[in-house]
Amino acid sequence: MKLNTNSNVYTIVYASVMVVIVALLLAVVSAGLKARQDANVLLDTHKQILASLNERDLDDATATRLYDEQITEVTCEKCGLSWFEANLEGEKKYVLPVRGAGLWGPIWGYIALNDDKQTIFSVFFNHEGETPGLGGEIKNYAVFQQQFEGKKLLTDGLVMTIEKAGNGGDVDCISGATITSKGVETMLHTCVAAYVEAGWFNAAEEEGVVEEFIADVLANLLPDAEENVEQVNE
Amino acid sequence: MAKLLSDKTREAFMGPLNANNPVVVQILGICSALAVTVQLKNALVMGIAVTIIVALANVVISALRNTIPGRIRIIVQLVVVAALVTLVSAVLKAFLYDVSVALSVYIGLIITNCILMGRLEAYAMSNGPWDSFMDGLGNGLGYTWVLAAIAFVRELFGSGSLFGFQVIPQWCYDHGYENNGMMMMPAMALILAGCIIWAHRALNDKEGKK
Repeated sequence: MKLNTNSNVYTIVYASVMVVIVALLLAVVSAGLKARQDANVLLDTHKQILASLNERDLDDATATRLYDEQITEVTCEKCGLSWFEANLEGEKKYVLPVRGAGLWGPIWGYIALNDDKQTIFSVFFNHEGETPGLGGEIKNYAVFQQQFEGKKLLTDGLVMTIEKAGNGGDVDCISGATITSKGVETMLHTCVAAYVEAGWFNAAEEEGVVEEFIADVLANLLPDAEENVEQVNE
Repeated sequence: MAKLLSDKTREAFMGPLNANNPVVVQILGICSALAVTVQLKNALVMGIAVTIIVALANVVISALRNTIPGRIRIIVQLVVVAALVTLVSAVLKAFLYDVSVALSVYIGLIITNCILMGRLEAYAMSNGPWDSFMDGLGNGLGYTWVLAAIAFVRELFGSGSLFGFQVIPQWCYDHGYENNGMMMMPAMALILAGCIIWAHRALNDKEGKK
């Protein structure tokens, strides 16, 4: 029997069967590999957070171990923000995630602060498709990220600036990549602003601790004024 | 099967490596050759991915070639290629995550690589699966060596390293040597591809000399 491969019926049936087979195949593979892919994405995120704490270029096992030992994620549901708290050999660090736009696509990063919440311990930036050798250098520790170390993230409530070398910014632009560098600056401004608005920088510790602190102060000032403490808590 | 490779099969495999190279002779697949050749490792992974996909797609299309309705044959080829590319992309993401990040969109863009559709339409539609497989391997490897050659020069002079290992000693940088930023730009890949095509023609094009 010879099929007429040019008939309409044959063409439609062929196309339908082909699409069903391909769809099934892709669905099975996608479901099968999903767990592994998600694990990779998570591990990569952990590595980037560790990089912001100057624990760079780790292999998978070390990264997993260090992350588990040192870092906890903190979410404030009321203000819709989350950050990471790290314990580096007794020193407390805060890591703020930031994301924004570069020249060609998204950029993102992690800012690690010392426990004064002001001084930058170190940073990590990454990008999706900035020009290699130019904007892509925001990923480069020696060229760009190292400059942030020890600088103040906020001075009198203003977020740090990134300007061309010699123009008086806190950090120098990458030459030839002004737009990406300015993208990093804008990213810092918008993302840090959310934390400023939520009062994150003013809170000495988590909320419970702040209330305890106020209660302590009031208790010292007015030894017998328990009601005042109640009012403050409300 | 008197010989492992008949003359025709041998030609299908060897032709694209040199005399009928997809990149330097047919000038196909140039856009990805510009995009992924900043580092040697990425170029090789891209080359291997294209080799696997073009070889498998050739086999599938060749096996189906007598059943494929003529009016939708390009669509069928496209679906086969797209399915294979999606598979390779998923496997890379699961097992070689950092490479899949580095290659990002370019793996997906293998679908649009002219070499694939070219081989499917020109070869697999009219030849048996075994010959088509060898033709796919040959074309993929022909593409790979050109990418590797470009990436070798770009990584060596652009980053001073090969496969990510520093090969230009620190001593040179201390004495004023600098990496060539131009090598990092796609334009330089086009210039290098042009140089390879020039050298290849000069070596092979004997008839032109007459």
